[in-house]
Formats: sequence, C-alpha cells, structure tokens
Amino acid sequence: MATASVSSSLDAGAVLPGVRWALVRDLKLAFRSRAELGVQLMFYVIVVSLFPLATTPERNLLATMGPGVLWVAALLASLLSLPRLFAADFADGTLEQIALSPYPLPALISGKILAHWLTTGLPVALMAPLLGLQYAVEGEGLVILMLALLLGTPILSLLGAIGAALTLGLRSGGSLLALLILPLYVPVLIFGAGAVDAVRAGLGSAANVSLLGAGLLIAAVGAPFAAAAAVRIALD
Amino acid sequence: MTSSSWYRYSSPATFYPIAGRLIPWFGWAAAVMAAIGTWIGLAIAPTDFQQGDAYRIIFIHVASAWMSMFMYVVMAAWSALFLGFNTRLSAMMAQAMAPTGALMTLIALVTGSLWGKPTWGTYWAWDARMTSELILLFLYMGVIALRNAIDDPRRADRACAVLSLVGVINVPIIYYSVKWWNTLHQGSSVSLTAAPKMAMTMLTGMLIMALAAWFYAIAVALYRVRVIMLERERGSAWVGELQEVKSR
Repeated sequence: MATASVSSSLDAGAVLPGVRWALVRDLKLAFRSRAELGVQLMFYVIVVSLFPLATTPERNLLATMGPGVLWVAALLASLLSLPRLFAADFADGTLEQIALSPYPLPALISGKILAHWLTTGLPVALMAPLLGLQYAVEGEGLVILMLALLLGTPILSLLGAIGAALTLGLRSGGSLLALLILPLYVPVLIFGAGAVDAVRAGLGSAANVSLLGAGLLIAAVGAPFAAAAAVRIALD
Repeated sequence: MTSSSWYRYSSPATFYPIAGRLIPWFGWAAAVMAAIGTWIGLAIAPTDFQQGDAYRIIFIHVASAWMSMFMYVVMAAWSALFLGFNTRLSAMMAQAMAPTGALMTLIALVTGSLWGKPTWGTYWAWDARMTSELILLFLYMGVIALRNAIDDPRRADRACAVLSLVGVINVPIIYYSVKWWNTLHQGSSVSLTAAPKMAMTMLTGMLIMALAAWFYAIAVALYRVRVIMLERERGSAWVGELQEVKSR
C-alpha cells in the first residue's frame, strides 16, 4: 500500500500518458466488439419506446414525462454497461497488471472511464434528440436535452466506476451495483431532467446546466481516486 | 494524552471490557430519558390547536430523523479514521452503526407517513425531506448489502469505508437537489418550516427524546461492536481468556 501511494505520486508527467494509454486500449477493445455497443444503444431506444405504450400517447403528458424518461433510461443504460468497465480485466488478471504498471492508477482509471463514456454515454446523448422528438420535446428543449446529457452522462460513468470497482468479483454483483450506485445518481437525474423542464416552464436552463457542469468537474477530480482505492481493495 | 494511549483504546482487547462497562450506563440513560420524554409527550405537552393530538408522533419522529442523518455522518467518520489509521476497531464501529442507522431512518419514514395522513391528508408526499430520507435509507441498505456480499471481513471493511465516504459527500448534494426539485415542481404546499412556534414543553420533550435516541444508539452500537469483536477475533488469545467465553 505504501509503495503504491509513493509510485502514484512519483511522476506527475506520467498522468496524461497513462490516461491516453488506457483510453486507446479500451477504445480498441470496444471497437473490436462493435455489436455489443449497438446492443446497448438499442436497449436505450427500446426502454424509452416502452413508456408511451405503458402510459399514454397524449402529447402534453409525453412532453411532461419525456425528459425524465430519457434520463431514467440513460441511467439504466449506464448501469447495464458498468460491469464491462473492470470485470473482464479483473477476470483475466489484466487489472492486476494495470495496477502494477508505472503509470498512476487513478490516471489509468480515468482513461478507462473516458473510454466507457465515449462508447456508452456519448451515443446515448447523441441519440437523445431523436427520441426527444417522439416525446414532443421541441426546439430549444432538444438542444438543452442533449447538452444536459453530454454533461451528465460522464458523471454517471465516473460515479459508476466506483461502484463497479467495489463490486468486482462479488456473487450478486449486478443487482448490488444498482443498489449502490442508483441513489448516488439522484442529483444528476434531478438536474439533468430539470434542465429540459426548466426550458419548458420558461425559466431558462442556465442554473441546471451550470450545476451539471460543476458536478462533472467535482466527479472528474474525485471519482478516479475513489475508484482507484476500490480497485486496490478488490485486488488485495 | 499522548497518541500511543489513544491507540491503546483502539485495540479490541482493551475496548471490549470498556464497552461492556459503558453499555448499562447508556442503556439505562436511554430508558430513563425515553420514559421522561414519553411522559412529557403524552401527558404534559398541550394539544396542538391545529393538529390536535396527531402531532404527538413528533416526539419519536424528530428524534429518529436526527439520529438517522447524524449516524450516517458518524459512520463515515469512523470509516475515514479506519482508512487513515488502519485501526480495525474503527471499521467495526462503522459496521456496528449501520443497522441502527437504517432502523432510525425507517422509523423516521414510517412515523413521518403516519403523521402525514391526518395532517397533509396523504401517507406520502414527495416532500424534500421525505425523499432525501428515503434515499438515505437506500444508502444505508447499500452499505449493509455490500458488507454482506463480501466474505473477507478485511475487504468488506475497506470497501464499505470507501462507499460510506462517497455517500457522505453525496448526502448534502442529494438533499439540496431534492429540495430544489421539490420547489420547482410542487411549490411549498406542505411546509413544516412555516409551522407555528412550538410550546416550550414540546421542545423540551423533543430534546429529551432525542437524547434518549442518542443514548440508545450508543448502547446498541457498543453492544453490537462487542459481538463483532468476539466473532472476528475468536481465534485470538484475549478472547479465549474472557470469563464469558471460558465458562462455555
């Protein structure tokens, strides 16, 4: 433990190369199983399409529910993809080698999280305006919807990485991950869905978007360290 | 006090008998306080002119709600001590507090909704305080579930400590986000802050009940931590030398 903390504070110049190395590696792995990425996006689209069938196709109600539904589906899609972040590397021992590498572990994990967001959160955010149209969200609302998702989904990946690392190798991993992480997602959900609601109510979404941005900064600074601590606990 | 003498108390072998001596004090204090508080609450405090006698549930509701939030912070503080100093007793204390904290949260939620029915006309309103209390219950459940899912107690200690710390940073953020969400959606139709000023006896009763909850929580946490110590250290010499273990 002591040696690990020494090596992680040793070389500030190794941070960016570490992020880049993990990012490139995980992106390469992700693009070699492109079908899996498509399945995740389809999950998002299908969950969103189920809500009008379960409730009502009435336009006013849809416009009220829409942002919330799109965000809850984004939370679930993020949750569904989280085990991929560390589980395969943990199972075949790669994660142990990653932890032993000269790059600081939080930097490597930041790279992995960034790759996770680029392959799961970003497609969801880009797809959202199209689905927003189905929910009678219009004009500025669509722009804000996408902007809020662009700022909010990285927070989901960052917080989720902590939960994914804490539940590594546990029997009830998947459902336990949901129990640990979904309560922590609540503020993101509120500010994210609230941004579009605020546009609809004519209040302007600046406050919501700023808070999401602030949350992203805090999570980006803090979460990789917590996730790195959790990975080390799992590897012990 | 030198730092070495503080470390002495962080050894389970030293703390086990101390905790055993403290439990009756806190337990009896809790019982006496609860009796006085109940007497003030049910017999002395005047009937509220708006809510009638229904408000009397406040005496248990407020005490449990305070404790539910406070205990999460204390649990996180023990977790931070554990991660910082690697003292296993701190982790055991954190483990011992989680179930009581969850219980307090549950009591606060149940009494809150029972109180809500006669006063607000509904068992559940998505009021900021109720919602954040519900999420607090989820956070406690998460810590307890994570502990149960991990077989190795040392890994469980550290994983739960990290989760508690992440949770405690989030608690105020969750509270304010829910509060803000609530004002955006509902207006303040159900506001407790605008309630009329409380009579002095009501306040006294409430504070005494809060002290009772406090002492109860300490007594139960100490009791549970003794059980955890025995369970985890059952192979060690000091446990074998205990009178109650020998006599078995």
